[in-house]
Amino acid sequence: MNVIVCLKQVPGTTDVKVNPQTNTLIRQGVENVINPFDTYALEEGVRTKERYGEGKVTAMSMGPLQAEAVMREAISLGADEAVLLSDKAFAGADTWATAYTLAQAINKIGQHDIIICGRQTIDGDTGQVGPELAEILEIPFVAYVSQIEEIADGRIRVQRMVEEGHEVIESSLPAVITVVKEINVPRLPSLRGITRSKSAPVAIWSAREIGVDESRVGLAGSFTKVIKVFFPQRVSQSEVFQGEMESQVDCLIDRLKDTGLT
Amino acid sequence: MGIEIDFEQCTGCGNCEPACPFGLLEVVDDKVRLKEGCTLCSACQEACPVDAILIEAAPAAETTSDEHRGVWVFAEQRHGQLKDVAYELLAEGRALADILQTDLSAVCFGHNITEINQLVAHGADKVYLVDSPELAENLDDLYTQQFIELIQEYKPEIVIAGATSLGRAFIPRVAAVLKTGLTADCTGLDIDPENRLLQQTRPTFGGNIMATIICQARRPQMATVRPRVFKKNTPEAGRKGQVIKLDFDRERITAKTKLLNFVKDLTETVKIEEADVIVSGGRGLGKAENFKMLDELASVIGAAVGASRAAVDEGWIPYSHQVGQTGKTVCPKLYIACGISGAVQHLAGMQTSDVIVAINDNPDAPIFEAATYGIVGDLFKVVPMLTEKLKNG
Repeated sequence: MNVIVCLKQVPGTTDVKVNPQTNTLIRQGVENVINPFDTYALEEGVRTKERYGEGKVTAMSMGPLQAEAVMREAISLGADEAVLLSDKAFAGADTWATAYTLAQAINKIGQHDIIICGRQTIDGDTGQVGPELAEILEIPFVAYVSQIEEIADGRIRVQRMVEEGHEVIESSLPAVITVVKEINVPRLPSLRGITRSKSAPVAIWSAREIGVDESRVGLAGSFTKVIKVFFPQRVSQSEVFQGEMESQVDCLIDRLKDTGLT
Repeated sequence: MGIEIDFEQCTGCGNCEPACPFGLLEVVDDKVRLKEGCTLCSACQEACPVDAILIEAAPAAETTSDEHRGVWVFAEQRHGQLKDVAYELLAEGRALADILQTDLSAVCFGHNITEINQLVAHGADKVYLVDSPELAENLDDLYTQQFIELIQEYKPEIVIAGATSLGRAFIPRVAAVLKTGLTADCTGLDIDPENRLLQQTRPTFGGNIMATIICQARRPQMATVRPRVFKKNTPEAGRKGQVIKLDFDRERITAKTKLLNFVKDLTETVKIEEADVIVSGGRGLGKAENFKMLDELASVIGAAVGASRAAVDEGWIPYSHQVGQTGKTVCPKLYIACGISGAVQHLAGMQTSDVIVAINDNPDAPIFEAATYGIVGDLFKVVPMLTEKLKNG
């Protein structure tokens, strides 16, 4: 079972603050991490390999050279190999250009049975790269997988979460799946993994090495273009009550009654 | 491709430093230095008074075909029932179509769909309906190929769909095959009347930043919108529109995946997306048992119970109750946040609520900025008191 897990390096954004003077994100002290949703994808890849024996798990990412750090983290968490697609030409890619770049690299790797991605990233938040990747590779796709039930005879059976419950879906392999966090509890790095991650090679592939047409990657290859970036204006019009707690509660009830809400 | 700084021109004035939303520019020794991670958003370029920042523009892509006309809304249904998001998108789609002076069409796939005329009442000029027993279940593969075929045949200029688990799974595939741009989870859509371009605004970076995105050269321009972001219009009973029934040719479409079973989640009795009033709890509740206190308040005022991600991650309440970026987007008339600090990810899922009440013991919690009314205090005293008074009053 050869598994490719697609990862993205993201800033650990839960603690990101905006500097009110300059209106920029405060990045100091914000560590780059594996996109949290991708850690479930990696764990599921490693478990799948363990369950079915043989084969390997390849972690793949597209990003700046500094993303090598998260690729090493992926090795410590069980990836056998790590490939980082890094090239100036890849900068500014939208989801299609990203998916196209990943697809070319996956074609270069060749043999793979299953490609696993997280449901979405926590910075871009689109959840589009997985399904776009599947279409570019012309292989089946299942989103929001919460359990891999079985893999046998070149087919996979999974549970997929939808709003009203879940679906049981069968697909031929190779296929792309995106996973939700309900699928597993990612392990901590093993001692052996940590040791390996320090010395194991991280392959770094440029645009030329994966043989992409430079007009189809990065900003040039993107169909969408960001024309404006701005900070959401939060005009605070809050009324925070003062005084004894009971009078505050009474005030609140009065306001809610005035608006007909209680 | 990429960004370059012309050091001959750069005066080290530092105007670009605060302009970069990612804080990647820094003036060192009177010259600006760029750190890794640039997304080529061009915010710095506008701030530079001496044009020292060069961003190589994408080569003019294939010219836009001008024959694409009309706005399409994908009207999602499950088991014959149209989803609210279909009506919400029709309200927004109507506004876009009016600016463009073009038709608004709804596209619906399914079997025995009740109230198909409601799509017209909510603003559609045309409804393209593909009704077949084969489409009784929502099957991504069939939907993907059928939608691609219709778009290729009728050539709409704009396609919008709900960012539901179905929409988020199959719409990107449609866009990938059509080789066109797709913007996820838009919270604002507008038209530049000069060039008919759809301006798609969405939160990114966990809601810290808003980005406006266009798709210049490819058609259709595609976007998804989360449920409850737009408000539906009041249906107009006598509104005229055309329902066009199209055949479903199963033979032509190959499904790579097979739906074996659909299991309805019976534990999820609360539909927080549909509730008018929500009482929501966060980390401040401390433990699972304390959600009982919120249940009591909720039962007195007829509310559903929601939660922040922190409370869900602690295992105090199931994921189906989670409000926020990775949970549900809600837009009730009243949202009462108890012990929720108000991280941007949470605000992203509830900030369009009509009235927001925050109860928290930390006066600096960001939730108070989003709130309409706030009580700074111990929620274990405030909530029971509120429940008691509402019960008796």
